[in-house]
Amino acid sequence: MDGIIFDIKKFALHDGPGIRTTLFFKGCPLNCLWCHNPESRLSEPESVNVGHGEQCKKSKMIGRKISSDLLFQEILKDEMFYVESGGGVTFSGGEPMLQSEFLLEILLKCKQNNLHTTVDTCGHVSWDQFESVLNYVDLFLYDIKLIDEDMHRQYISVSNELIKENLLKLVKAGAKVRVRIPLIAGITDTDDNISATVQFLKQLPELLAIDLLPYNKFGEDKIERYNLPRKRLGLHLQDEATLNSIKHKFTSEGMEVQIGG
Amino acid sequence: MLSKRIEKLRNQSLTATPKISLERARLLTEFYRSGKADKVSIPVGRALAFTYLLEHKEICINDGELIVGERGEVPKATSTYPEICTHTDKDFEILHNREKVWFKSSDKDRKEQIESIAPYWTGKSLRDRIFAELDQSWKDAYEAGVFTEFQEQRAPGHTVLDDKIYQKGLVYFKRDIDISLAQLDFFNDPLALDKREELIAMKITIDALINYAERYADKLKVLAEEEQDSQRKKELEQMESICRKVPANAPETVWEALQYYWFVHIGVVTELNTWDSFNPGRLDQHLNPFYKNDLNVGRFDESFIREILQSFWVKFNNQPAPPKVGVTARESATYTDFCLINLGGVTSSGEDASNEMTYILMDIIEEMRILQPSSMVQISKKNPDRMVRRALDVIKTGFGQPSLFNTDAIIQEMIRQGKSVEDARCGGASGCVETGAFGKESYILTGYFNLPKVLEITLHNGTDPQTGKLIGIKTGESEKLNTFEKLYDAFEKQLNHFIDIKIKGNLIIERMWAKYLPAPFLSVLVDDCISNGTDYNNGGARYNSSYVQGVGMGSLTDSFASLKKHVYDNQSISLAEFIRVLKNNFNESEDFKDELVNNTPKYGNDDDYADDISRMIFESFFNAVDGRPNTKGGHFRINLLPTTCHVYFGSVIGALPDGRLAGKPLSEGISPVQGADRHGPTAVLKSASKLDHVRTGGTLLNQKFIPAIFEDETSVSKIISLIRTYFRMDGHHIQFNVIDADTLRDAQKNPENYTDLIVRVAGYSDYFNDLGVELQNEIIQRTEQSV
Repeated sequence: MDGIIFDIKKFALHDGPGIRTTLFFKGCPLNCLWCHNPESRLSEPESVNVGHGEQCKKSKMIGRKISSDLLFQEILKDEMFYVESGGGVTFSGGEPMLQSEFLLEILLKCKQNNLHTTVDTCGHVSWDQFESVLNYVDLFLYDIKLIDEDMHRQYISVSNELIKENLLKLVKAGAKVRVRIPLIAGITDTDDNISATVQFLKQLPELLAIDLLPYNKFGEDKIERYNLPRKRLGLHLQDEATLNSIKHKFTSEGMEVQIGG
Repeated sequence: MLSKRIEKLRNQSLTATPKISLERARLLTEFYRSGKADKVSIPVGRALAFTYLLEHKEICINDGELIVGERGEVPKATSTYPEICTHTDKDFEILHNREKVWFKSSDKDRKEQIESIAPYWTGKSLRDRIFAELDQSWKDAYEAGVFTEFQEQRAPGHTVLDDKIYQKGLVYFKRDIDISLAQLDFFNDPLALDKREELIAMKITIDALINYAERYADKLKVLAEEEQDSQRKKELEQMESICRKVPANAPETVWEALQYYWFVHIGVVTELNTWDSFNPGRLDQHLNPFYKNDLNVGRFDESFIREILQSFWVKFNNQPAPPKVGVTARESATYTDFCLINLGGVTSSGEDASNEMTYILMDIIEEMRILQPSSMVQISKKNPDRMVRRALDVIKTGFGQPSLFNTDAIIQEMIRQGKSVEDARCGGASGCVETGAFGKESYILTGYFNLPKVLEITLHNGTDPQTGKLIGIKTGESEKLNTFEKLYDAFEKQLNHFIDIKIKGNLIIERMWAKYLPAPFLSVLVDDCISNGTDYNNGGARYNSSYVQGVGMGSLTDSFASLKKHVYDNQSISLAEFIRVLKNNFNESEDFKDELVNNTPKYGNDDDYADDISRMIFESFFNAVDGRPNTKGGHFRINLLPTTCHVYFGSVIGALPDGRLAGKPLSEGISPVQGADRHGPTAVLKSASKLDHVRTGGTLLNQKFIPAIFEDETSVSKIISLIRTYFRMDGHHIQFNVIDADTLRDAQKNPENYTDLIVRVAGYSDYFNDLGVELQNEIIQRTEQSV
């Protein structure tokens, strides 16, 4: 069957073990204020204007339909690199689980060929969808952003009930999970949120590790590049001392933490 | 931390003015004018000339140095070789005034050159003889920039030493020569007389070099007597005794081994201006036994051994490549003489060869941070990751060294060419990326070959559109080339035509070197010249290969892919119309150019549409060249490397169908066209590995990374996997430029702040400031693999 992706990134070094190919699925159920891939939100391919002023006339399509066969052919091109480095394929987005049937088709092909699979998810999809792919995913990268529900609604526009619930179920079902926390200045990196996150994750000793993802301006650059109708936040970046003190809050509870994905 | 004296020697080397030294030319002319050479055979004449040079050359001992011997009177005084190519006054003027890579000469020098040296050699120099011998079709193609020719102004060199000098002194080589002389069969061997003369010449050169070392010993003795500092005095005394011992006798310490090699090096580069890269080769293999012994018997401590090595390193940097003339100066404007120290790899029995010295030498490379010698690490599947990691550590400091080579591919390449497994394992790569059996092979680069130029000529039915001259064959007007197959067939015919011209020229040139300018000293060093009684330039070596180096693989592939897609598959433009667009250099065809650049399959993206074409081109080039006999009992082979010739070759071609504008540089080595690779390094490596490296004698692949990628351990491990995977796919070589574009732009604007910035250009490293603006821009433009 066909799915909609908006990018294929080879030689991805920060989306799981080894050298990977990361597939960016289009469409996301969340609307994070600081979205890293703002062009990925809508589920259909969309046309954006690239550049400024005169150049702005140039349009570019974000997203394209592709069959699972064709996509798998593309994945296999780097098989030698996966084998040598202990790498594989990462499904990211957007939210790959939104296209769960398409995702399942490709996951099956990957497992038939012994490729390591990683799904990078925001968790905000029905449990059924997790259940359908669970057996074919070697590693989940699971985003936890805000523990306070009101704040979650405020900054991400949905409740975090489902996200928290799915994480608990997923870990219970025996899946290998790394939790990723995007550190957004003044929003997710606050003492309150970090403490609440530590408390929440403490109940899951089975987690492989926590990845703290310092904010970067990649998303803002894209807003400008693609003339997206979004506000630029102008957020500042965390310094090393702040990062280390956040890290310490997790490690002091015995959790394995890494800065950067 | 470098010691004070090494810092001083390094500075002396970095700041010395490259200048022309007429000493060699003067002595050589004196000798030949004396008439002594007229009474003997040519090889013996050459050997006597060599003797005369070494008897009268200035002795140069720099303050504090531990290894002695210079080619010129002082560091960076660079000899000329008038018997090969005689510089004209105009050449001297150009070399003196050039903005980059200049060689200064005084009015006195110029006067001497015009009045005394040039008149003797003009018409007699090998270059003059060669040009008198070559026919018009060769000259037309040469002038059009279809190919270059190395041997018109530099000797057929390209050989690297093996371990033989560390086993025995030169006096023992004389015994071998005596055995060969005794075995000459004047009853049955029609060449016995030639062999006798050659062998006698070899013996003369050995005495000459031993005598040269004695002259150094004498001078060191005087200096030692005068020296006030007791420690230096002791050193000078030790150096004196070393120079009395080597090269006549076998070395027993690291110090003696390096001094022995260095005298040999001076001998080789004094005899002829061998292009290029003469060097000790597998230095970690050669030195490790001496190093261990030095430590075991407590002769020297490790820090002193490191100082000796550092002093040795400076010697290479003191010697710029001989000043070139004409087209060769244009296509290879560099001071580097392509010495490439090999580390790592496997032993003759095929085991991991890395040892303590491998790591010490990597320290030396990192600490010295100088242009010459260049260095590389051979990586076999048997070498540990630790070695690769250390190499990446040095690479990440950003001066382009060492480059990385695939030992397992190199061995396969040599075995395909018929070399023994042991000889292959003891070999490596030299120059830029050229495969060779060290100490046993004469592997000559004959010249670069401009692959895209052949397409341009094909599109104009044999005519060079830059001059309007018919220099190819008539393979059909554009209307006739109505299928891709017909177009490709026409290209292949033109390719074969020009390769024929090139090879015909080389067969003539090879004979002229063999006849007029034998190299008896170099012949002593390369197996099996002594047992064959035959000169290195005449097929005396165990293996003899002549290479044609293809340039512009990426540009040509992309050009064919454009033509295939737009003219033949989509039929959106006729070939005739396309040719008109090219003639107008895409003027008023901006949208079409945009389509060609951004929306047409390109080599370097793991896209078979383009990569299948690169394979076709490879096959055509391979079939045109490989296996044709040279005049030395060996064969012509191909390799794919450009040095800096892709800039010159680009300057003689109009717009190309891949969207490249007229005069712009071509792609280099087997790297994709600058900026055409859009899917990251794995895709580039996949595309590159679709070429059959094993059937070449070397390919060159450049990858530029920003330093950030080497910062964390996990990423470094992934880079190691990247390299290992490329090598599993038989990739021959990869080099990393670790620098960010902003730094380079700043260096372009403020060169004075970046005098020591070295970047890897294409198979070698060079000072960024010495590069032309175009090449600087190209390096900046090369796709950054941002992660």
